[in-house]
Amino acid sequence: MIAIVDYGAGNLRSVKKALDYLGFESEITRDPELVRSARKVILPGVGHFAATARLTTSGLRDAFCDIIRQGTPFLGICVGMQWLYAGSEESPDTPGLGVFPGSCVRFPSGIKVPHVGWNSLQRSGESRLLNGITSSAFVYFTHSYRAPITEGTVAVTEYDSPFASVVERDNVFGVQFHPEKSAEEGLKMLRNFGDLKC
Amino acid sequence: MLTKRIIACLDVDGGRVVKGIEFQNLRDAGDPAELARAHAEHGADEIVLLDISATAQARATLLDTVRRTASQIFVPFTVGGGIRTLEEASAVFDAGCDKLSINSAAVKNPSLITCIGERFGSQAVVVAIDARKDDARKDDARNEIDGGLSSGYRVFVAGGRIPTERDAVEWAKEAESRGAGEILLTSMDRDGTGIGFECELTAMIASAVSIPVIASGGAGDIQHFVEVFREGKADAALAASIFHFGVHDIRELKKQVSDAGIPMRFPC
Repeated sequence: MIAIVDYGAGNLRSVKKALDYLGFESEITRDPELVRSARKVILPGVGHFAATARLTTSGLRDAFCDIIRQGTPFLGICVGMQWLYAGSEESPDTPGLGVFPGSCVRFPSGIKVPHVGWNSLQRSGESRLLNGITSSAFVYFTHSYRAPITEGTVAVTEYDSPFASVVERDNVFGVQFHPEKSAEEGLKMLRNFGDLKC
Repeated sequence: MLTKRIIACLDVDGGRVVKGIEFQNLRDAGDPAELARAHAEHGADEIVLLDISATAQARATLLDTVRRTASQIFVPFTVGGGIRTLEEASAVFDAGCDKLSINSAAVKNPSLITCIGERFGSQAVVVAIDARKDDARKDDARNEIDGGLSSGYRVFVAGGRIPTERDAVEWAKEAESRGAGEILLTSMDRDGTGIGFECELTAMIASAVSIPVIASGGAGDIQHFVEVFREGKADAALAASIFHFGVHDIRELKKQVSDAGIPMRFPC
């Protein structure tokens, strides 16, 4: 079972729908115990970085730390990916998980913000999540803050300047875009994630 | 590079498509779910479903239509038409849409934009604006009442039947400040004419707001799309019936727009 973590940030149905379509059993949950027993975990999220504070107060953060240590595959989407960094300018008092170093910052003024629409990936490292994905594949973004390119960045995207669009380290994965809304290429990534051997 | 979007629109009444992009090789041209999937497969960057049902009975089937459609498409999916309250909005999101388009209800009660945005995120709120250029000569009487409009374009509600006091550019700015994620701009002067998008108004609004602007109304050939992206500064263009443009599917439309130098998700 893949646990889709609900922490009150936005619409989780699209992720569930995509997993249903691909034939992966999944459950939307906010129960840390269920998360601990899951085969894989997806942390979605559209909305404000501050909403991730609920992960700490609800005990989910501790559950994530445990399962990540045990090697359970973990995928953060959008704000869920940004939370894998140390933090975000959007809510400086809310700490991220710190799997990847650095903080997310707002796109500069002078360009349209949010960054909404289909943009391409440029692969920059080996990735299990992107296995079989065409180089320069188009995926669907909607966000106002961007993640820094650091160790673990396996794909970047250009909007004004390049930012990290896919990060990966061992069993922890993050995507800034919405694979569940990114047509065939997005579904392929979710299938790659679902097929990972734990 | 961020690409410009081509959005396929389906007008639905009582669970059936009444106007939308037509296809040559589709058996059932009236089923929204089947059509939406075909559009996505043919390269549509997004799907918009507008419920134009006039009767309550026809409206009741909307949620089922949204559910069936949503289960088959994996590109962004927007639903609009007659949504007035947060409860109605929640039900449509529950049925599986990604974004909601609100029009008359937002004009009547602008706080609805903020309300839906806070619950589902700004990216999920599309404010649809139907606008028409004021005719200075004809509208002297109206201009005396409200002093005229700064942009010269007036907002209409109720499917374009009722004029409001609002200026289209001012309303777009207000919608953004209240938390709209995108603007879907329909030119009533151009809608159905096939003479091209209203680039002047589109550019005015696209320059006035930071959020994406989707242009709608007036597309008659492929060059019109190139124009609305280039001169109209639109981020996306909505197509309701591309069959008239001399192409068989959206992929071909996108190829030709891409060949003209506009960034497109192509091949797709």
